[in-house]
Amino acid sequence: MTQRIIGASLCLSAALATLGSTAFAEPLTVSNWDGYMAADAIDNFNEATGNEAELVLHATNEEIMGKLIASGGEGYDVVFVSSPFAEVLNKLGLAEELDHSKLPNLSNLYTEATELPHDPGNTFSVPYAWGTTGLCYRSDLVSEPTSWNDLLKPSDDVSGKTTMLATDRWLLAAGQLALGYSVNETDADKMAEVRDLLIDAKGTLLAYDDTTFYAKLVSGEAELVQAWDGWCNYGIAENAEIKYTVPKEGSDLWVDTMVIMKASENKDAAYAFVDYILDADNHRWAAENILYKVPNQAAMEGLDASLIETFPNMGMKPADMMEYEQLRDVGEAQRDYSRVVSEIKAAN
Amino acid sequence: MADRNTFRLMLLILGLVFAFLYLPISVLVGLSFNEGGLPTAWTGFSVKWYGELLANKDILRAAGNTLIVAIFSTLLSTILGSLLAVGVEIRRRNGKWLETMIFAPMIIPDIVLAIALLSFFSLLGVKMGLHTIIVSHVVFNLAFVSAVVRARLKSFDWSIVEASNDLGATTATTMRRVVLPVLMPAILAGALLAFTLSVDEFIIAFFTAGAGRSSITLPMQIFSMIRFGVTPEINALATVVMAVSVVALALSQRLNRGGLPGQ
Amino acid sequence: MTTDRRPILLMSPALLWLFGLMVVPCLLILVLAFFRRGMYGGIEYTFTLENIALVFDPLYAQIFLKSAWIAGLAAGIASILGYAAAYAIAAMPRHRQSALLFFAVLPFWSNYLVRTYAWIVLLNREGLIVNLARWVGFEGELPSMLYTEQAVVIGLIYNYLPFVILSCYAPLSRLNPEISEASRDLGASGWTTFRRVVLPMTVPGIATGFVFVFVLSIGNFVTPALLGGGQFQMIGNLVYAQFLTANDWPFGAALSMVLIMVMLGLLMAQATVADRASGGKAGDNG
Repeated sequence: MTQRIIGASLCLSAALATLGSTAFAEPLTVSNWDGYMAADAIDNFNEATGNEAELVLHATNEEIMGKLIASGGEGYDVVFVSSPFAEVLNKLGLAEELDHSKLPNLSNLYTEATELPHDPGNTFSVPYAWGTTGLCYRSDLVSEPTSWNDLLKPSDDVSGKTTMLATDRWLLAAGQLALGYSVNETDADKMAEVRDLLIDAKGTLLAYDDTTFYAKLVSGEAELVQAWDGWCNYGIAENAEIKYTVPKEGSDLWVDTMVIMKASENKDAAYAFVDYILDADNHRWAAENILYKVPNQAAMEGLDASLIETFPNMGMKPADMMEYEQLRDVGEAQRDYSRVVSEIKAAN
Repeated sequence: MADRNTFRLMLLILGLVFAFLYLPISVLVGLSFNEGGLPTAWTGFSVKWYGELLANKDILRAAGNTLIVAIFSTLLSTILGSLLAVGVEIRRRNGKWLETMIFAPMIIPDIVLAIALLSFFSLLGVKMGLHTIIVSHVVFNLAFVSAVVRARLKSFDWSIVEASNDLGATTATTMRRVVLPVLMPAILAGALLAFTLSVDEFIIAFFTAGAGRSSITLPMQIFSMIRFGVTPEINALATVVMAVSVVALALSQRLNRGGLPGQ
Repeated sequence: MTTDRRPILLMSPALLWLFGLMVVPCLLILVLAFFRRGMYGGIEYTFTLENIALVFDPLYAQIFLKSAWIAGLAAGIASILGYAAAYAIAAMPRHRQSALLFFAVLPFWSNYLVRTYAWIVLLNREGLIVNLARWVGFEGELPSMLYTEQAVVIGLIYNYLPFVILSCYAPLSRLNPEISEASRDLGASGWTTFRRVVLPMTVPGIATGFVFVFVLSIGNFVTPALLGGGQFQMIGNLVYAQFLTANDWPFGAALSMVLIMVMLGLLMAQATVADRASGGKAGDNG
């Protein structure tokens, strides 16, 4: 009896071990936001290069960062993260120092995109998409907002029908911009002002929402939301009454980047993947599918003109975007940011 | 026993509570067969959302992963949990610490166990994946299995074991021929319960999963779908998941008329 | 039972498993709580009491109180509803009771996420309830029901109610109807009988139900995340955030430690209630 049980346990452990070891022969693993690549991008890449890349999804920058830090960067080969998070990956030594000779298509990028303040010269990150953060609204239900205060201090008929982005940096950016501060402001007094403003704003919100705000606009659950320009386009695609605007106080310049992980065991395939995306046609295909601006000059010049007509923010020029400040990693001050956000979310 | 009005009041209470319990999930099930998929209007009966499910590679893969996790963790926890139950019941005088340790996995908040395991695996440098989810699920599953088996053992007549031994049977034979047949329904019921729990478990799987699609389980897939909004596909998926749990639980209940743990 | 060794041998695989994958990791959490957090996450191995102190910082203490309030509300309402339901089940004919109980508990074993998701479908502003209201002719605008504290509380009650029914039913079903009859024969009204006789004898069931709903609710992060629109932080969300977004594992560990303490405290209180009610009648945990 006892022997048999031990035998059975051994069999099970052996099976488990096999299961564990199969995990070591992972295909190229790419992590991106849901819907942030053309649906066929991975399949096309696999077909074109004979690789076996696999896409996994993360909902937020923070989520993928948490996983990367927990695993020491193992398990992923290419990750899509916003620039301040790419900076952190670099500072932690988790990002691969890019060998430009393996990325010939880098030359397709706009000059502006190769000199971004977070990573001049693209040493550890390749910009994938960029744009502004502004207000997305139902033009048939609300009048055109012009200021961040239209969101933060909404009129009575809009109150309860607004959403704000839930992730720390963009949530704070709305307050920082409304008060005329830098989106990387770390001064304690100024941040206290931002906090108070955002706590007041919270009372008028429907929800904090990073993922379904455009659907809420389409359904009419919300009428005015803080949104990334490209994500607003998803709403515009379903309802032409939805419009996007950058408030007069300005926006941040957000840049989502591709980072190759230093711990990757598929580096050649990882480079091939990044270069594949940077190909003029592929990057254009991405832009047309996800409705975000891409920092690829060759791709944007080939963009279908009718797209820009339907989604005016797709036509925004790099030079104009460069006027906005990029979100940067704020180092130790990130702890204060987290605290301020906790204070806002804990407030009644 | 009581007068008619009290009885009516009791019926009313039951009706309301059952309505509260079953209406929300019935709505989901109903909507999953709604052609248009929206809660706003019934546009006709259709199973097309189930078709969509079958065509969704990610969902199928997640379902496959869930099965692997559930099967392995059920096997392991059934063996470990049953042995534990028999050992504990033979020994009888068990200290408070031991009882607490066996009881703890059933009541410890999921999130605490989840982060404890995440920290543990990550500090040991264990590469996470389906195997880490499996061994983590065994932790709470073995406790449930042993609870079910122990409930059965409470009414077990140990004198037949002695009789068997007196008749010259070896311990192994006694175990196999006498104890095991009596316990089998309870062991199977415990296994089915473990299977259900494992199929549905989200939080611990979420924290102990590895990178990549290879360790995404169905509940993790559902969570990420829900975060991206309400879709008719989720209704269909939800219906399937509930059906699986209900069938497994009903079977478990049939096998073991002793009742559910916690009772 | 020829030797004393055999039961230990049978128990040891499971006990080793629990020791290695539950006791050790939980102890690890205890230890982690006393280390410093690295600048970008990770752990710096220097001893500090900072994390423990931070738990008592007014900000986090406030979040703690808030989640205790939400969890308490959910546990309280669930206890009342669950008790009423269990009482009603116990009042039904004997042969019906086990089926009724089975169906009352059935939803508890189906997927938690799915059960929570059902409420998104029901409560959202363009959801079923609003549409039903419009259909019966309601014209005005309804306030959003989703993404509110109430939605979170309803979601928690919904998910944990079956548990309370189960825990309240056990003592109610053991109650001897003759006791109530005796009380009535002595002239007590139905209400008095209930309050003076039935309720005290079944308090342990309520206590168990309440404690479990409270503990499960206060550590929950899924329901507040899905039904609260990110506007309500429970301790569970805070722990989740420390591990998955803020990358402050030591503080997350400190928070979970407090969570474990609260849980242990409540379980002890519940055991005391049970002890007192059973008047030392031991061994009846069937």
